[in-house]
Amino acid sequence: MSTFITGQELPATTFIINRALLVNYANASGDQNPIHQDEVFAKSVGLPDVIAHGMLTMGLAGKYLSDLSGAENVIEFSAKFIKPVVVPVNTDVELIVSGKVGEIIDGRAKIELIAICNEVKVLGVAKGVIKL
Amino acid sequence: MLNPDLVGRTFTSADSVTVTKEAIQKFASVLGETNLDIAPPTFAISITLDQSQNLLQDSGLDWTRVVHGEQKFEIKRPIVAGDIFKCSSTIESARNVAGNEIVTVRSDLHADSDLVVSTWSTLVVRA
Repeated sequence: MSTFITGQELPATTFIINRALLVNYANASGDQNPIHQDEVFAKSVGLPDVIAHGMLTMGLAGKYLSDLSGAENVIEFSAKFIKPVVVPVNTDVELIVSGKVGEIIDGRAKIELIAICNEVKVLGVAKGVIKL
Repeated sequence: MLNPDLVGRTFTSADSVTVTKEAIQKFASVLGETNLDIAPPTFAISITLDQSQNLLQDSGLDWTRVVHGEQKFEIKRPIVAGDIFKCSSTIESARNVAGNEIVTVRSDLHADSDLVVSTWSTLVVRA
């Protein structure tokens, strides 16, 4: 188990989001909203293109937390969906997740997360609490 | 428009949800998780978002205009295959901001009498 210190910057992980992943996530989560798969439908409701499920982006940020502590030690996790992750056809979109260690109290560390796509923050006030 | 009388009310699903090994593995592999034996931190959404959706549809919200604004999880222990959950959902708040309706639904997953995961989904119904 690595040691965490308040204020420590944690290395970034890059996740790839593409249309195939959106289909797989839709099937795994049961969220078959067409804005995440159908370009024509997405544009018809005013979106620039197909967008990723907010929960897919959050799920990948959750994987970042699991990598820090083991999935069994993630006890809290929250985020706001502030910008959509647009996923054009035949494109691998990079989601870059990084973290900073916040307060450590009673063997629990708060991790502040930053998730960036095309140089824009897509999650707001994203944070997790992990058991050390 | 959500009926304000519904705020604070709790709705419990009649049916239980049984978590399968396949469901956990599928969800975990899509996210690239290395441990496929326990559910990833966000797995509960595959149960609770559906419940919130049913609840809000029954409460008169137009689901086609709903955007997911915010999400929170509190996890007492990881979800594992074989868990049988009862889901109860409460509309914790509903407010109108610039014509958009913002609704927060808390859902609790209980296995027997133990609370395992609570989720809070804030949904924005666009004007």
